Amino acid sequence: MKAKTKKHVSPGMIVIYAILIFWALTTIYPIFWIIINSFKAKNEILANSFSLPLGDLFTTSNYKTAFERLNIFSAYRNSIIISCTVALVVVLLAGLASFAIVRYSFRLKKFVYSLIIAGMMFPVFSTIIPVFRMLNTLHIANTNNLWLSLLSVALPQIAGNLSFAIVVLSGYIKSLPIELEEAAYMEGCNAYQIFFKVVMPLTKPSFATVAIFSFLWSYNDLFTQMFLLRLPEQRAITRLLNELTAMEGTNYGLMAAAVALVVIPVIIVYIILQKHIIKGMTAGAIKG
Amino acid sequence: MESNESNIYRNKKPLFVFLIPAFIFMVVFLYYPFVKNILNSFQKITSLGAASKGWNGPWYSNYVKMFNDPNMRTAILNTIIMMVVTIIGQVGIAVVLALMVDNIKKGAKFFRTVFFFPIVISATALGLMFNLIFLYDKGMVNQLLEMLGKGTLTDWKDTAHALVVMLLPVMWQYVGFYFVILITGLNNIPEDLYESASIDGATRWQRIRYITLPMLRNVICTCVVLAVTGALKVFDLPWVMFPKGMPLGKTWLTGTYMYYQAFNTQDVDYSSAIAVVIVILGIVTSKIVNKVFKEADY
Repeated sequence: MKAKTKKHVSPGMIVIYAILIFWALTTIYPIFWIIINSFKAKNEILANSFSLPLGDLFTTSNYKTAFERLNIFSAYRNSIIISCTVALVVVLLAGLASFAIVRYSFRLKKFVYSLIIAGMMFPVFSTIIPVFRMLNTLHIANTNNLWLSLLSVALPQIAGNLSFAIVVLSGYIKSLPIELEEAAYMEGCNAYQIFFKVVMPLTKPSFATVAIFSFLWSYNDLFTQMFLLRLPEQRAITRLLNELTAMEGTNYGLMAAAVALVVIPVIIVYIILQKHIIKGMTAGAIKG
Repeated sequence: MESNESNIYRNKKPLFVFLIPAFIFMVVFLYYPFVKNILNSFQKITSLGAASKGWNGPWYSNYVKMFNDPNMRTAILNTIIMMVVTIIGQVGIAVVLALMVDNIKKGAKFFRTVFFFPIVISATALGLMFNLIFLYDKGMVNQLLEMLGKGTLTDWKDTAHALVVMLLPVMWQYVGFYFVILITGLNNIPEDLYESASIDGATRWQRIRYITLPMLRNVICTCVVLAVTGALKVFDLPWVMFPKGMPLGKTWLTGTYMYYQAFNTQDVDYSSAIAVVIVILGIVTSKIVNKVFKEADY
């Protein structure tokens, strides 16, 4: 094995590594640049943005301003409420539906499945206006009630994630051995108990993938928030960021700090859960 | 239908309990609005959330209007440019990177994690980040150019540069995504194919040309379809960097223009018609891609 690796350290290999490292730098460095600059005053950002924020350069004033002037915490809270709701409901409903599609045979099964696949093809642009009108008429969107407004964002996002979730989960449930379910049946479990006590625990890894994907997709989605969250105190985190340019367009330090505040939790989550995330995002993409 | 149906699942009553909640969601928030949106595009709607005031006269007038709308022409043209950029830039770069990573012995997992990373970051945050990077006085790029000896500052957001500065970040963000799909495809190619080729004396390049690329064809086709339909869904990043088609309507995309018509001009039925065009563009382009890949010969 060792001899093999040695044989392959050729000039070609060095070029390959150089290119790969270059691309890796383009993905890491910009974020790193934003984070170091979030610890500098505005004039320092504009003068020497490449130096590390050490000694006199270092300041936390951008973060202080961010917490004082922007409703960062309430935006975080709103985002987390919306995205957790989306992830939980998607996992539950898609899990139930996938179980039904895999294990039961019924007329129209093929038709139902193709309807679900079709659900992945609709871009959000083509449904959002009627959805807005519907939620508006039902007094869920466009009200002063924070909870209803957050719900109004979650509802279409849930629907938008169900198709992909059903496709991923039913693929997994299909691979489970039916003997376990039969054994549970012999012991007197009904179909609901079988789902919650046998199938769900076994499908955990796939549920995790789907939940993480739905959460991130919802957390990052600006378009739905732009339509449905109208009042400043109802804004979730991406909506708040979007308003920042209009509110504090030239306060570059504050902008860097705000971007860092939004991005850092995601980076941490990504580092911990990257295997599930990469799997979920690519599975979710066969979306469309 | 299925012969291996277990006794447990002969009783169909639970089936409806399992299936109906998800289905209601999809009917209410996807299928119904989708159909409704098509109808809306033929009607008169003067504000967001209002009921329609009857049919347009003639009913297809929004589609006629589109032909004479210079902004819509820019939007469609830019979207097509975006599609080409995503095919060449995203999938092309991803293929090169994937082939490279497939040939290295160490660090494959590291590169996978790092290349994928921009995809999990919200496009809104990335948009603000690139605003700072391309800042006129003086963001990262202009400072870098100054260090390299360039005397004048470049306005990256003027009419000459805007389109490129908008396309680059979108392209950059999703390269890692196609990279991961392609790497998975590469891992599925059986090792013995390469071994027998090596025995026959094939060079590394020949192996790529005659084994890897043909074996990867379906995966590449999937990637191109995803890239093309993905280009139609882009909204967040362009809207944060170049809101309202700035500068001078140069950067409209079908998605951003649809939003603008709904929100800023309150021409809701026109906006619905643009959304219908987005769907049609998506269907047509993915059909074309599939056709091209079926006929192309390696």
